[in-house]
Amino acid sequence: MTASSREDDWAASMRAAMAGDAGAYHSFLVSVAPHVRAVARARCRDVDAAGEVEDIVQEVLLTIHLKRGTWDPSRPIGPWVAAITRNKLIDVLRRRGHRISIPIEDVMDTLHVEDKGDGLLARDIDTMLAQLKAPQREIVRSISLDGSSIRETAQRLRMTEGAVRVALHRALKALGALYRSSARED
Amino acid sequence: MKTDDLITVLARDSSPPWRFRPVLLAAICGSIIAAAALFFAGIGFRPDIAEALGSGRFLFKFVVTITLAVTASLAVGALGSPAGGVRRRGLLLAIAPALLAGAALLELAAIPQSQWGRSLVGHNARFCLTLIPLLAVGPLACFLAALRFGAPANPGLAGAVAGLAASGIAATFYAANCDDDSPLFVMTWYPIATMLVVLAGYVIGRKLLRW
Repeated sequence: MTASSREDDWAASMRAAMAGDAGAYHSFLVSVAPHVRAVARARCRDVDAAGEVEDIVQEVLLTIHLKRGTWDPSRPIGPWVAAITRNKLIDVLRRRGHRISIPIEDVMDTLHVEDKGDGLLARDIDTMLAQLKAPQREIVRSISLDGSSIRETAQRLRMTEGAVRVALHRALKALGALYRSSARED
Repeated sequence: MKTDDLITVLARDSSPPWRFRPVLLAAICGSIIAAAALFFAGIGFRPDIAEALGSGRFLFKFVVTITLAVTASLAVGALGSPAGGVRRRGLLLAIAPALLAGAALLELAAIPQSQWGRSLVGHNARFCLTLIPLLAVGPLACFLAALRFGAPANPGLAGAVAGLAASGIAATFYAANCDDDSPLFVMTWYPIATMLVVLAGYVIGRKLLRW
């Protein structure tokens, strides 16, 4: 697939997602992840931080999710994904004490590469999850462990679906804030 | 957690995202309302407003301040997106200072040298330095709150430009109260007041606008 037709696909999925199509949004994230991983792996190789790749991928995906309202549908989506990826990469690598500059052109180039990944586990997110309030943590675990729907989660936790939706949204925002504050501490 | 599972979690969050552009538009409206409320409640027009409306120097102040408000607001819109730079809009930001510098040169040619000093010092400098930042507090808060919904690649810069936009709105109201109309006065004191707000925006932005 060429870079531009892939970006067209991403933009189309994202537009559908903005209109409420959760399936399109899921496939957008699935399709973006390997490209973010390729960028992260290339950069981590430079600074000898290969163990961080999947942590970075997850933080970028969470940021893309929380900041998707900043993509202007009249503009190309590739540079937007690249900009978020670059910004987060710099954050994470600085957190690890690496002072680096990352030209956005390099990110754009590597973003065309796909890296399906092998072990897709990351640890950072579990550390962050452990710091969430109990109901938020339970909801995220319930969905992530066995892919429960909102309705199944609501039944299992004896909550209304609306309450689960609100708590899930807050949980993801809280995760974003936890990543940020961990970036500031060191 | 596996990345695939995280993706499942993210896709289950169906709450519609806040779009930065509409949020910024609302913030601009809020800025104007906030500054207007303070202006009409506590400051008001200068007593000779009817005569002033016939003066080119008085009206030109608004050309400069409104230009600043509009160009800086556009720049905030660009800076709020992660991929947005200010390369082209950065040039737009030069329009207001260029207009003001041009007017100041004309003023130097128009009035005798003996009046330069008096026009520059004016009689309202202290009000200018306090009222513009005061009127800018509400607008700056609105712009910074809107930028929280954005993802500025450079939080400090975005905060500083938000300060510029807030100053433009504040100065537009203040100019209707201030009876110093000489471009020499405007070019001296308005930028000092503006820089105070820009500095505040920069400092707050660096802390508040990280994402």
